[in-house]
Amino acid sequence: MQDMGIEVLFQGRNFVRLLEGLWVTVRISVFSVIVSILLGIILGMIMTMKNPLLRIITRCYLEFVRIMPQLVLLFLVYFGLTKMFRINLSGEISAIIVFVIWGTAEMGDLVRGALTSIPVHQYESGKALGLTTVQNYCYVIIPQTIRRLLPQAINLVTRMIKTTSLIVLIGVVEVVKVGQQIIEASRLTSPSAAVWVYGVIFFLYFIVCYPISILSKRLEVKWRN
Amino acid sequence: MDFNFIREYVPYFIAAAVLTIRIASIGISISILFGLLCSIIRYFRIPILHRLIDIYIELSRNTPLLIQLFFLYFGLPKLGIVLSSETCAITGLVFLGGSYMAEAFRSGLEAIGNSQIEAGLSLGLTKSQVIRFIVLPQAISISIPAFSANVIFLIKETSVFSAVALIDLMNVAKDLIGLYYKTDETLFMLVSSYLIILLPLSIAFTLIERRLRHAGYGN
Amino acid sequence: MEELSEMKTPGETLVEIKNLNKKFDDTSVLKDISLDIHQGEVVVLLGPSGCGKSTLLRCINGLEKIQGGEIILEGEKLNEQTKRMHLIRQKIGMVFQSYDLFPHMTVLENIILGPRKAEKRAKKEVVKEAEELLQRVGLLDKKNAYPRQLSGGQKQRVAIVRALCMHPKIMLFDEVTAALDPEMVREVLDVMLKLAKDGMTMVIVTHEMQFAKAVADRIIFLDNGIIVEESDPQTFFTNPSTDRAKQFLNLFEFDAI
Repeated sequence: MQDMGIEVLFQGRNFVRLLEGLWVTVRISVFSVIVSILLGIILGMIMTMKNPLLRIITRCYLEFVRIMPQLVLLFLVYFGLTKMFRINLSGEISAIIVFVIWGTAEMGDLVRGALTSIPVHQYESGKALGLTTVQNYCYVIIPQTIRRLLPQAINLVTRMIKTTSLIVLIGVVEVVKVGQQIIEASRLTSPSAAVWVYGVIFFLYFIVCYPISILSKRLEVKWRN
Repeated sequence: MDFNFIREYVPYFIAAAVLTIRIASIGISISILFGLLCSIIRYFRIPILHRLIDIYIELSRNTPLLIQLFFLYFGLPKLGIVLSSETCAITGLVFLGGSYMAEAFRSGLEAIGNSQIEAGLSLGLTKSQVIRFIVLPQAISISIPAFSANVIFLIKETSVFSAVALIDLMNVAKDLIGLYYKTDETLFMLVSSYLIILLPLSIAFTLIERRLRHAGYGN
Repeated sequence: MEELSEMKTPGETLVEIKNLNKKFDDTSVLKDISLDIHQGEVVVLLGPSGCGKSTLLRCINGLEKIQGGEIILEGEKLNEQTKRMHLIRQKIGMVFQSYDLFPHMTVLENIILGPRKAEKRAKKEVVKEAEELLQRVGLLDKKNAYPRQLSGGQKQRVAIVRALCMHPKIMLFDEVTAALDPEMVREVLDVMLKLAKDGMTMVIVTHEMQFAKAVADRIIFLDNGIIVEESDPQTFFTNPSTDRAKQFLNLFEFDAI
């Protein structure tokens, strides 16, 4: 190799631009996660209800969203919604819509799982101690639910961050797109830029996701018993 | 809906689906073997190797497949390693899938209590016989739910293969939307294709899991 | 050891334990234990929980690494992690408190696994023997059942048959009735009594005092990792010579209110 492609990273504002692109990625994920958690809690509670119609509807929604690749969902929203309602959705808005739809489904299922995993005798022993229903939920049920829920919810954040890489394919300018622009611009000056740029993006994702998954694992081990 | 359009372009989707299924089957099969190997290395704490595998698993699980593919497809050629689209796709899928399968398998191995191993040893079986006849069969059936979730997950992940110029379902869909602007019909065929591939699998896995749960392993 | 020979005409020495020391990290659980087990003898290990009796049993089967001393079975030393350990273990049958049948195999498959794979015996012959043994413990009709379909007592009887089918020289029983419902204890103890009568060499850890009295040729009372008392059951239960044994036996008595 004659050229040192790695220099590309430090030319001009290239590295800063990559970080800015990463910020777009993180911003979209964090925003989607927050909305998904709120909607997911509601969905999860609905799913534990006995109403058969609600059950069928939520179940279909959940299964469809989970079985479709996220990229297909992105296409459905980015191309489909745009055409159906004759509106022009930006890639970023489409991405947020898809991540909220997907995240809500995943979160809803986690909440449902956490709620139903609390054994009946926990509800009963709270009552037997003379707690009111509200006290029972505040002191007995919800703390246990959160312990089951939180590690998986945090894990969902990393899944979402990783999935945001897809939005480059519907034209959002985020870290991958910035990388491609850098490679493109330095095609003549340093042909081997692609190795370094994609290598750096690879590690950027790792640096963002790894601490979050460690946190999730730690909490899970800590709260297992 | 323009049904003539659908009829005309269905063969493209079928060809793309076949390609997706073919690459997914190869990639997932290798992932399973590779994951098994990794989990066994970790289980026995084989020196140095198990550290390397720990690192690999963290790298693989904390980065997106798309970036792994871009690196393989656009990055490696600059270092003189040129891989075809298909090889890239399979390599990427195995890099990602191996770690997921290893984790699934690890939870199965960890579920086998030490007392089962001791029971086997006290029958006079050798260590490798204990692994073969007692630990592995149980570990595999315990990890089947996680395994099957991973299979579905990996098939879904194949949707990014269009990014390394494979003519898969996403690529066909993108072309048809771009060329003819037949968005509804194209998206309909795209969604149907994935449903046809994934729905039967998902149902089959649910049934298998239900049976396993019914069988209720463990003393 | 002289008075021992008067208790029962002992066969030749099968297991020799010399100055055995076992530690978990820094805590000594077995301190300088020496013990001979003779052909055809039934030895019952008694003692409060944590006294090291289960550990001693596990050492005899090479399931615990030992820090000192040696264990010799039929002239072969077993405390090193030799390649021959699995061959030595084939001579030792062990039954655990938690049964530890293999849940993915039927009763019959559980029993023939060892003879088939460890001893490479012919399938037909092993199956025949397994069926005879199952018949003897009254479980022949369960041969194709899976462990989960059996009660605790049935599982434990299968576990005994599984060990017996290897033709062990000695059988080790580690609190085999401790996890059972009271009404199932009897069926398992009966099988063990029958084995003892047939002349099997056995080392038993148990909390069933009546059973210990009935089955034992010799009682070893352990406390804090040392052998405190060693005598025939009659003497031990009616006239224990140490205070610690008296205290221990008192735990099983209730005063009328």
